[in-house]
Formats: sequence, C-alpha cells, structure tokens
Amino acid sequence: MRYLPQTQKSRDEMLEAVGAKSIDDLYVDVPAQAFIDGKADLPDHKGEMEVERIMHSYANQNHAASAGPFFLGAGAYFHHIPASVDYIIQRSEFLTAYTPYQPEIAQGTLQMIFEFQTFVAQITGMEIANASLYDGATSATEAALMAMRITKRRKIAIGNAIHPDYEAVLRAYMSNFDDIEVVDGDPADDTACVIIQSPDFYGQPHKYEALRKQCDDTGALLIVVVTEILSLGLLPAPVEADIVCGEAQSIGVALSYGGPHLGFFACKEKFVRQMPGRLCGITEDADGKRGFVLTLNTREQHIRRDKATSNICTNQGLCALAFTVHMSLLGEDGFKQLARINHEAACKTADALNAIDGVTLVSETFFNEFTITLSKPANDIVEALAAKGIIAGYAPKSSKGGQGDENKLIVCATEITQDSDIEALAEGLKEAL
Amino acid sequence: MSADIKLEQAKMTNSNDNPTASTRASEDGNRALHYEENLLWEKERSDTPGVDLPTPTGIALRTGSEPRGDIGLPQVSEPQALRHFVRMSTWNYSIDHGFFPLGSCTMKHNPRINEKVARIPGFAHLHPMQPESTTQGALALMYDLQHWLAELTNLPGVCLAPAAGAHGELAGMMTIRRAHELNGNKHKTVILIPDSAHGTNPATAITCGFTVRNIPTGGTGRVTVDAFKQALYAVSEDGAEVAGMMVTNPNTCGLFETDILEISELLHDAGGYFYCDGANFNALVGKIRPGDFGVDVMHINLHKTFSTPHGGGGPGSGPICVTEELAQYMPVPTVIKDGEKYKLEWEEDRPDTLGRLKGFQGQFGMHVRALSYMLSHGADGLKRVSEDAVLNANYILRSLESDFNAPYADQGPCMHEALLTDKHQKANGVQTLDIAKALIERGYHPMTVYFPMVLPGTMLIEPTETESKDSMDRFISVMKEIAEDSANLDNAEEHFHSFPHSSPRRRLDEVKAARNPQLRWK
Repeated sequence: MRYLPQTQKSRDEMLEAVGAKSIDDLYVDVPAQAFIDGKADLPDHKGEMEVERIMHSYANQNHAASAGPFFLGAGAYFHHIPASVDYIIQRSEFLTAYTPYQPEIAQGTLQMIFEFQTFVAQITGMEIANASLYDGATSATEAALMAMRITKRRKIAIGNAIHPDYEAVLRAYMSNFDDIEVVDGDPADDTACVIIQSPDFYGQPHKYEALRKQCDDTGALLIVVVTEILSLGLLPAPVEADIVCGEAQSIGVALSYGGPHLGFFACKEKFVRQMPGRLCGITEDADGKRGFVLTLNTREQHIRRDKATSNICTNQGLCALAFTVHMSLLGEDGFKQLARINHEAACKTADALNAIDGVTLVSETFFNEFTITLSKPANDIVEALAAKGIIAGYAPKSSKGGQGDENKLIVCATEITQDSDIEALAEGLKEAL
Repeated sequence: MSADIKLEQAKMTNSNDNPTASTRASEDGNRALHYEENLLWEKERSDTPGVDLPTPTGIALRTGSEPRGDIGLPQVSEPQALRHFVRMSTWNYSIDHGFFPLGSCTMKHNPRINEKVARIPGFAHLHPMQPESTTQGALALMYDLQHWLAELTNLPGVCLAPAAGAHGELAGMMTIRRAHELNGNKHKTVILIPDSAHGTNPATAITCGFTVRNIPTGGTGRVTVDAFKQALYAVSEDGAEVAGMMVTNPNTCGLFETDILEISELLHDAGGYFYCDGANFNALVGKIRPGDFGVDVMHINLHKTFSTPHGGGGPGSGPICVTEELAQYMPVPTVIKDGEKYKLEWEEDRPDTLGRLKGFQGQFGMHVRALSYMLSHGADGLKRVSEDAVLNANYILRSLESDFNAPYADQGPCMHEALLTDKHQKANGVQTLDIAKALIERGYHPMTVYFPMVLPGTMLIEPTETESKDSMDRFISVMKEIAEDSANLDNAEEHFHSFPHSSPRRRLDEVKAARNPQLRWK
C-alpha cells in the first residue's frame, strides 16, 4: 500500500490523541447496515509492475490509430503531438495543482489560461473566450442555453448537418424544459439562435453572410460550431458569428477513446456576463505588479447557486495547457502550415479514392475531411477493412430528411497520413467493393 | 586588493543598511530562482516556429475560399516555448510541493503509474468512433471500472459518461427527472437541498428544470428529522410535489448525517429519490456503501476519490451510480457484455434512457487512471484510504479545537474533513482570508475558505490519507502559531493583512479585474 504514509505507530498515537480506542470509534454516526462486512468483494492491492501488466493486457486488445492506415475523423482527430507538450503537462506544478482559487500561488495556471483565452479568441475571430468547457458537444449546448438567456426566446434552430453527438446532447439538455423547441432549418422571429457547423459533419465548409443577414432580420444569434479547430488555420474566421464554440482536441490533446478532449467557447464581448465557465482576467497585486485572477465569478454556481448562468464548475485545465503549449510551438506560420498540409493530404486521398470504380467523391469543397459514396453499404466496408488493420473512416448511422446515408463514408486525412496509407486504403476499397 | 578589503566590501553588500544591494534583482525582476515571464505576445517574433513541418506542395485549394489572412499569433522557437512554460510552472503550488488541505476537494497524491498507463498507444491513440471489434480492450476496461464502482457503492447501474462532478450531478438529477416523467409523476418538481450544500447542487437542480426548496441545518451542522419533515411537508401533507433531495453525506460540515436512514425512508415514502453528492466519498470508500444508507443516485468524482489529477482545474470525470430501478433511465452509453463480446449500449438498446450528455463515451483517459488506482489499492487498500483519511481529519480537529472555533467539535468525531471558523481571531481583526494568506506565506496551500456558508468565516480542512503524521504536525504547529500571533500581536490586523509577501504575486485586486474585465491580450 505504497500510497499510504501512515505507520502503525503513528496511527496508534493519533487514535490516542483523538481519544478513540479503535478506528471504528470514529464512525459511530454511521448506521451499522451501511458497513461492508470485512472488505469489498474486489481483489486486493497490487504492485506497480502487476498493474502495468494488467493495463497492457487491456490495451493490447485495442487497435491504436498509430498501428496502421487511419482515416477516421468525425469530431475527433489523430494529429501528431510534439514531445514538449506531453512533458509540460506532466510537470507536477501543472498536473497536481487545483483550480486557481488562491491566485498568489497559481499564477502559472492563470497566465496559461489567459494565453489560452487569447489564442482561442484570435483563432475564432471573436473578441473574448473562456477558460474552456468539457467538450465540443457540451459547449454547443451551453452556447444555445446562453442564446436563450440573451434573447429570452425558447426555440433553437439547427442550420445544417451538425455532429450527431452534439445534436443528441443538445436535445437531451433541452428536454428538461417542456417549452423549449429544437427545430431544423432557418431562424424565425421567435428563434433564440441558429447553430451551424463548419466544416459540417460531412466535411463541407460553410459561409455565413446570408445567415448573418437572416439573424439580423429575426434577432436570432448565430452560433458557429467547429469540431476541427485546425481548419481555422486555412478557412476564414467566422467573424459573422455571435458565438463560436466546439472542439479543440486537435491541438495537443490525445484521442483517448473520446476524452478528455477540449471544449472551447468564444463570443462577442457584450455577452460576457452571460457566458458559462471560468474566465481569467488581468489585474494588479499589492505591489502594483501585473497578475491574473479568475474573474466575473458572480455568474458562477459557487456564488449564485440556483441563479448561476450554468452549473459548470471545472474547465479542462490540463487539456487547455496542452493546447496552449502546442499553439506556442506552432506559432502563426506553423498553425497555417499544418492546416495546409492537412488539406493537401485530404485532396490527395480524395483523388486517389475517386479514381476507384464504385467510389464517388461527394464533397466539392472540404478541409481535411470529405465524404464519398460507395457502391455497397459503408458500414460493411468499414468492418471488412478494420479486419485488415485499416480504419477507413466513419459510416454515418442515419441522415436527416430520411435520405439514407447507408453508402456514405466520411474520410479524414491529416499530417500523419502517408502515401503508403492512402495506397493501402485504395487497395482495400478496390478489393472490398 | 587585500583579502581584508574584499571581506569588508562583501559585508557592505550584504548589509541590511544598504537596501539597493539587499533587494537587488535583474532589470526584468528576476532573483535567484524567482523568474518573471512575459506573455507570448510580448516576445520578439521568431522567424521560425517551434515545429518543423513538411513543406506544402502548393496545390490549388479546394476549401471554397481564400486562405486565412494574418491571425496575429505569436511565434517562438522550441527552447523559448519550453522555458516560457517551465518558468510559469514555478509560480504554482501543487500536491507534489506539499500539504494541500483543500476541504471537499480531496487533494491526494496522484500516482504516476496512472499517467504512464494512460499513455499506452492502445489507449491514448484510440478513436471513439472506431468499430467495436477494434476497441474490445477499452470496453473491457470500462466494464470493469463500472463493476468496481457498483461494488463500492452497492448501486448496480453505472454510467461513466459524465465529464466532471457537476456534470455527474446533472446526469443523476436528469435520471430522477426522467423516472418521474415516465412514471406519470411530472407533478414532482421540487428538490430539497440543505443550506450547507455545494453551490453546484442548486445550480444543477435548476438546470434540470426543478425548483429548489431549502432545508435549514440550524446549529447542529446536520439535517435533523424535524427540519427535513418541515421541508418535505411544507406545501402538501404528503410531499407529493417533492421529486427528491440532494444531500452530501458526509456533509460539508465534515459530519455524517446521523438520521440518514429515517430521512431517506420519509423521502421514499413520499415518492422522492435520494441523490447523494459524491464529493465526500473519500470518507467512505471501501468501508461504507451509500446504497446501504438509502441512496438512489450518486456521482463519483474520479479526480477526488480515485486520484486522477486535478490538472489546475480539470479534466475531471464524474460517473454516476444508480439503483437497479433507475438504471434504465440514466444516460447512454454504458458498456454491457454480450457473451464474450463487450458492447456500448445506446438509445436503441435502452429506450427509456434520458439520452446523451457528453460527446462520445466520456473521459476515457480518466477511466484508465482511476482503474489503475483501484487495482493498486485493492479492496484492502481502499478501506485503509477511508480509515486514514478519517483518522487524519480527526487528529487535526482535536489538535486545533482549542486554538480555533470548532463549531461542531462537541458533537463527536468528524469524518474526513475538519471544520473551523475565524470567530476567535476576528475579535482581533484577523479573518479567515488573512489566515489563508498567512498559510501561503508559510509555504502551505490554504484550506477551503468561506465554505460551507452555514456559518461565517468557515475553514474546511481535508488532509486526505496521503499525509503523514509528521506532515500534519508541522501544519498544526503553523496553525497554532497563526492563532497565537493573531491573539498577541498589537498590530495583528495590519500584520495579517499584508500577507503574503514571498509568493510570486502578493494579494491581487479582484475588484479591479471585474470592474473592467480584460480577458485576452490586445
């Protein structure tokens, strides 16, 4: 039991000091029926070597993205993470710190959050950003909730093919209130917001001028969701939006089977007091030196309780740090260059696949992810190729408007994609179709 | 120059009479190991970034738009970036520095084996939407974690998806809401919450569309049967409108709710469900099962009880555990075993579910770390966790009860945290905030301050089981010294208001930050 520093001697001394005969004297207030008889029906403690062995035995039954040709995106992206990123996030001072409630001894975390907020604001073209949220799906939902607070309207419009997880989470949160309506389509006079994803779930980038005008006409807010934040190194910033939110996992955060990832949330400054989540701002200390603190806390649950803007308490601190370190390494030139390499890898993959009989490229424009139609159900193809060690992409379960997506495959390429991977995928598809 | 003259000069330089020498720092404010570090945007722009990427071939774009123009991002080389973050890291206090008695936060040791195994490529490079045939190991791990949590709580339904404690609360309360809705009890809209609860509890209840009714805890620090009955029957004689209660047990005053069986029975008789906030599960783990004292739903903070790192504010992970009756309503997905195969159970498999609250499968990286911790401790070790955590808190309570006001010390033992207030010190102008800042000056992270809000000037101390007696003895003596100084110094108020002096920054002006918020570099 290597994590427990108390000795039997110190335990005995402490029991005596508190006036207890045995440890169970300290549990006198607990009803007898709640005690486990003896110990829980679970295995006893294990040494580090044995734990590592067990964990490897789980991991060995998984096919890692790094183990073969890999073309799956759909809201989570396999990118290279520089070694420095993982080194910094494992420093004790960042890894084992708490939320920076005592700013005098948490300036490292606070300055990092301030830099994170600046990066997100610049990349999204928005005025301000918060210290991060759980993930893209919950950040989209928080954006809709915020739009309802601002407009005092109860209807949410979904403008295009957003990620199915995001829509499912949005609908589940909104089901708590009978008077909230979630509809597909354009904003109307009673709409709080319209949510549009770009690039959309099928990879298609969108433009916002027309939608901005519709929003201005109806008084609805424009929420732009981005699931691949790297796309903003090549696509124009969605400056027409009121809120830009989504997933920033692509920069510095591992896939980890879906989490922890990194929700981001940026908006116009005039909405700051309606924002969810933590915010870090500049101030001065008693000596007049610049410093950082969590600010505008009066929006939050620990002060406002049942009148808070959100029940959210934590951010994704360490993932935000990973993002910030990776962004500092990329810089302006690296960020754009990485985006362009991703796009070129996708172009190359799209052309290679489009040349195959039984494959049609659907997407005319895209960033690093595009959709093809196959001559057979895509899910069968995905399974068949997975059995050969090729992860071919994502076969959507269903599509909106009743039109079957059965034969569609969403394919993603990144800087990691090699020519040999593209060849392997093309060969695999030829054989399977 | 003779040796004597050199010595004389050295003496002069070190003399306190020479302030410029004794406070000498470099122009940018650096001294010894104390470094200033400006923002990335304030640094000179490097020609090359801190990464070397392949050169794009320059093919025509197929994005449908012109490439993005200037963003205004900074640019530094790799050594500059590393130094930037390493210097900033030295301004943080962490568990690995020392005692971190933050009440209700369970700042225990974070084993590095957990970090190591979470980085195995079979976990770290696994995509959430891969075919299940390629993720059987991850699903097996989640299934086993569900089993451990079910055993430790005696609540058999487990959903690992929630991303944090407050998100687990939301998942749990929506489960209750869904159950009432599908059982024709939509009129049940009121949630009873003691005034000692975490702020997230009422915020969550409201987010779920409930209304909140307060249970006053009065002078005992506990929910009494009388107070509970008054709240339950405040509007109707059978509490028909009450959907449930949210109670933290042990509570935020550090006490186990003595009447919890009777209270949960009354609640169940009125058709309500008992939501237990799992923030304080470290007092119980491996020894006491919430399912055996009437709990219907509970969230577990893997980042508290099960040692996944707090990371300066996340990521957390907040799985929920529920009774068999409620399992059909909780969020998807859960992992089930179908013969020899593991699979995720979705909406189509469990139609009564409230749906999804998180993208993908939840904070899987945290699931790996938590299971690694559980395997390391085992059933025998986890029981010890609870016992040492409770013993440590009682030791601190009894060691400090004569120096500080300990409002509930006369009620018997505490659980895993000890509650004090600044009542005695306040008479001399020294308040909880000053005590916290004095602790910073002496090399400690303060306890939780001004929470719970049931009394003025509260200080909630949670030592956790990973603190030795020696470490606590040093903390206790520092606290006693603070109590003594605040009682004996003539200028105690002024003296304490000036703390801290030696931290990277002194007290920060939070009012100024909020008055004119500057939330990004410009």
